[in-house]
Amino acid sequence: MTVTDDRPAGVLGSRLLRREDPALLTGEAKYTNDLHLPGALHLALVRSPHAHARIVSIDLSAAKAAAGVVAAYTGAELAGLWAAPMPCAWPVTADMKNPAHFPVATTKVAYVGDAVAVVLATSETAARDAVELVDVRYDKLPAVIDLEDALSDRVVIHDELGTNKSYKWDLKIEGHEGAIDQAFAAAAHTVKERYVQQRLLPMAMEPRAVAAVPQPFGGDMTLYSATQVPHILKVMTALTLGIPEHQMRVVCPAVGGGFGSKLNVYAEELLCVALARKHKLPVRWNEERGENAHATIHGRGQIQDMELAADADGRITAVRVRILGDMGAYLQLVTPGIPLLGAFLYAGVYDIPLYDFSCTSVFTTMTPTDAYRGAGRPEATYAIERAVDALADKMGIDPMELRKRNFIRKEQFPYTAMTGLVYDSGDHLAAAQMAAGLADYDGVRARQATQNVPGAKKRLGIGQASYFEMCGLAPSRVLASLNYSAGGWEAATVRVLPTNKIQVVTGTSPHGQGHETSWSMIVADKLGVSPDDVDVLHSDTAIAPLGLDTYGSRSLPVGGVAIAIACDKVIDKAKKIAAHQLEANEDDLEFAGGTFSVKGTPERSMPLAAIAFEAFTAHNLPDGLEPNLEAHVTYDPPNFSWPFGTHICTVEIDVETGQVEVLQYVAVDDCGNQVNPLIVEGQVHGGVIQGLAQALFEEAVYDTEGNLKNASLAEYLVPAASDVPGLTLGHTITPSPTNQLGVKGIGEAGTIGAAPAVINAVVDALSGLGVTSVPMPASPHNVWKAIQAAQNGASK
Amino acid sequence: MIPAAFEYVRAESAGEAISLIGQHGDEAKFLAGGHSLLPLMKLRLAQPSVLVDIGRVRDLSYIRDAGDHIAIGALTRHMDVETSALLKQHVPLLAHAAGHVGDPQVRHRGTMGGTIAHADPASDLPATTLALGATYVAQGPNGTREIAAADFYQGFLTSALAPDEMLTEVRVPKMQGAGWSFQKFNRRAQDWAIVGVAAWRRNGSAGVALVNMGSTPIMANAVSAALAGGASVADAAQLAADDAEPQSDLNASIEYRTHLAKVLVRRALEEASN
Repeated sequence: MTVTDDRPAGVLGSRLLRREDPALLTGEAKYTNDLHLPGALHLALVRSPHAHARIVSIDLSAAKAAAGVVAAYTGAELAGLWAAPMPCAWPVTADMKNPAHFPVATTKVAYVGDAVAVVLATSETAARDAVELVDVRYDKLPAVIDLEDALSDRVVIHDELGTNKSYKWDLKIEGHEGAIDQAFAAAAHTVKERYVQQRLLPMAMEPRAVAAVPQPFGGDMTLYSATQVPHILKVMTALTLGIPEHQMRVVCPAVGGGFGSKLNVYAEELLCVALARKHKLPVRWNEERGENAHATIHGRGQIQDMELAADADGRITAVRVRILGDMGAYLQLVTPGIPLLGAFLYAGVYDIPLYDFSCTSVFTTMTPTDAYRGAGRPEATYAIERAVDALADKMGIDPMELRKRNFIRKEQFPYTAMTGLVYDSGDHLAAAQMAAGLADYDGVRARQATQNVPGAKKRLGIGQASYFEMCGLAPSRVLASLNYSAGGWEAATVRVLPTNKIQVVTGTSPHGQGHETSWSMIVADKLGVSPDDVDVLHSDTAIAPLGLDTYGSRSLPVGGVAIAIACDKVIDKAKKIAAHQLEANEDDLEFAGGTFSVKGTPERSMPLAAIAFEAFTAHNLPDGLEPNLEAHVTYDPPNFSWPFGTHICTVEIDVETGQVEVLQYVAVDDCGNQVNPLIVEGQVHGGVIQGLAQALFEEAVYDTEGNLKNASLAEYLVPAASDVPGLTLGHTITPSPTNQLGVKGIGEAGTIGAAPAVINAVVDALSGLGVTSVPMPASPHNVWKAIQAAQNGASK
Repeated sequence: MIPAAFEYVRAESAGEAISLIGQHGDEAKFLAGGHSLLPLMKLRLAQPSVLVDIGRVRDLSYIRDAGDHIAIGALTRHMDVETSALLKQHVPLLAHAAGHVGDPQVRHRGTMGGTIAHADPASDLPATTLALGATYVAQGPNGTREIAAADFYQGFLTSALAPDEMLTEVRVPKMQGAGWSFQKFNRRAQDWAIVGVAAWRRNGSAGVALVNMGSTPIMANAVSAALAGGASVADAAQLAADDAEPQSDLNASIEYRTHLAKVLVRRALEEASN
């Protein structure tokens, strides 16, 4: 079910198996924890069992005396090691409140898991055993876990700030303010809804792991880390620890997933480096699963107040959004920016003229939040797609029909939204129609009419979500306007070796995405070689160009395009050599299948392999041309990339128990041209299941004391293969006009479409019972309570 | 996920195991499949100083026809119970329930004796064997004794086994063609039941046991009594939680658990009646 374009068949667009998989699937891949580091010291952290407390005293004597223990330190004893607090790279407003945050707390703890002391020992077991011998006395303070309670400043968490409010950020659009009020006053229909984005644990399969290895002479330091962002980590480690940047090298061995949780600079990374310098020995740390639940960032955590105004035909005229964001205890690397990544998307795929967005974010005594797959965009899509269903319900029309009335139409692209952003390309109607066909939308509606009768034990529901995703982060100037502290470019080197094998060096840093496969396909297509002749080097700051790593579905539309441009530069140079040696005019040469030939005289030709060797020997090059065949490109894209699609979920709900069964899940995603459809499908599969998990299974639950109640995989319900439906995938292909590959990102799309599609289906199934909302996750208990509440309400 | 330090000894026979546990006293624990004990140890919620590994006492792995009952050795894996032709013929409820324990990895490692001795009210097989009127055989330093399932479960994770006793066999009466049902309500296939029901019906009699509706697996005796007194299935099911003391947790409030017990008991009895 793919709308194909008319490009010739070739390696690009083929379902090449991932070259990464044999090592990953046979256990041969080497992760940070697999590094053999003789003599390394093992770090273990003493973590606060309290959400909010003053540290009264710390007694390390028993731990220091334990077998195998080399040293133990309190936060105060380590204070001299930090040149700066831990970094937050996204000061979203000039007056944003950001408490000084150090790897180990010194006076107060602000969440369960906050480190208060560390132990170094000769083995991991000795270090972990010694942690239990550390005696810490706390003076407990009240926990703050409710966002509105936090905003009230009833209990102020960071004394020096005087408030729990970190910032208020408004998307002000000139002329909209008064017009919005008028639009709501004049609207034929309005909806006002509140949605809660529960906290989620990212739960990468590989927890974090760190090893810092000092070089014996000269002060150089190598940091191995299970991170998504070696380049950012290198800069930030250097700044935070006062190490000259050129003496820091960061290497990522195999990384077992991240979902945004490894897009960060963590206390343990800084501790390993600082203590390795201090002790002049390698220092390593491996995160336990329960530790991962507490000390690795959480995702989501927002209350969304969403209002729509519409005219009598259901044309949406205005959107008003108020967000209350949960920052957690501290600001991590990009914590405050996460709600802003969604700030532009609350109009979704619709042609809505008036827009009003404001976000207030608060500190709580819980684990810091930060980027989690989709980061801000699933939240936005959920709110608009739920609100559109609510509007349809209020107007008594089919939600698919209401969407069709409001879609930005194909002929409106490129479309300048009221926020000023330009949506590159799209065809929402085509995606929605394909999804409706695959899901038998009309058939399900017909079945509903007979099945969802009063007293029905099982009720059928169908729900839709159409999304637009702003990804491929992105033009550096736009990021600057959001106060983000880095650019959005990516770098690539393409190097043709003397034997015509190709080395690609990329600044992207894969952790499961299959970049080695995809990048080799781009090069193979460009240079006319086999993908097997292309080696992809990455994830080591000593060999990679300056890069900006992997997150935000940016690697292909930014990093992949950089590689394509570098290939073009290689071809340009090779052409000069070919023209020189064939004694032809450059303009008379054409390049196909890895060979230059003179137009009309194909026997006068020179393969790239021969040119590569000529470039290497440099015996006979055009005057002034540098030897070797290599190009380096740093590419700053002119726009974000805007993937889109429609997901449709069909559910059946056991009314007696509240259990939701997903009968069918259809995802139609459009990420422009597909380099490798197999990898695209893998990304959609994983993304959809992760979004479905938010809708039905997952929630980080805190009690009123600020304890995380489900920190293990027995209690935090990551669904397994047996718990999720098969997926029906379709694709439309609308190439991006802003890059030469015509590609858009696909890493987060599935997650963005899934949660609203599932919840819309659940609410749809129960609408005949008077249910208008169901919280996430729509667990059996939550669904049952929603049914009870509706029935009790109806009987009153 | 690193347990506290412990000693490890391996027994080659039930007698040796009991002798070893006797030597090491209260701080010792039997290790069979390890799927309940080892996770607790990794979280340091259990810190036994000695593990007596009985995993290789192979003569305790069997499923035998013993006339009016089937005898199952304590070290029989759940997968063997699930796939046993003998059990499918004579005690199909137990074979079926064993197929719902955990996931395939758990079922290949976990043992019948281990799950009974662990006495977890949320586990499937303690309640199932209770519903079936099973008898457990325990061996101690002074020989063996039989304990009725109804007398075995004494509190949360607490059984009638003495510290120096080892459960060696589970004896399950043949079901004689009774209708049966196993209802397991959970959110993920691999999880413990939020509420579970094991039930059988034959002629006028019935047995109904509940999973995760109290500190021990329990019989819903009020339901059986009502059915014996001529009540309809729907009416009898309303009494499902009369003897239960369910707890509230992240998956269910007490009210919801009570509601689920009634719904699931009704469904179980309906299925067992067909």
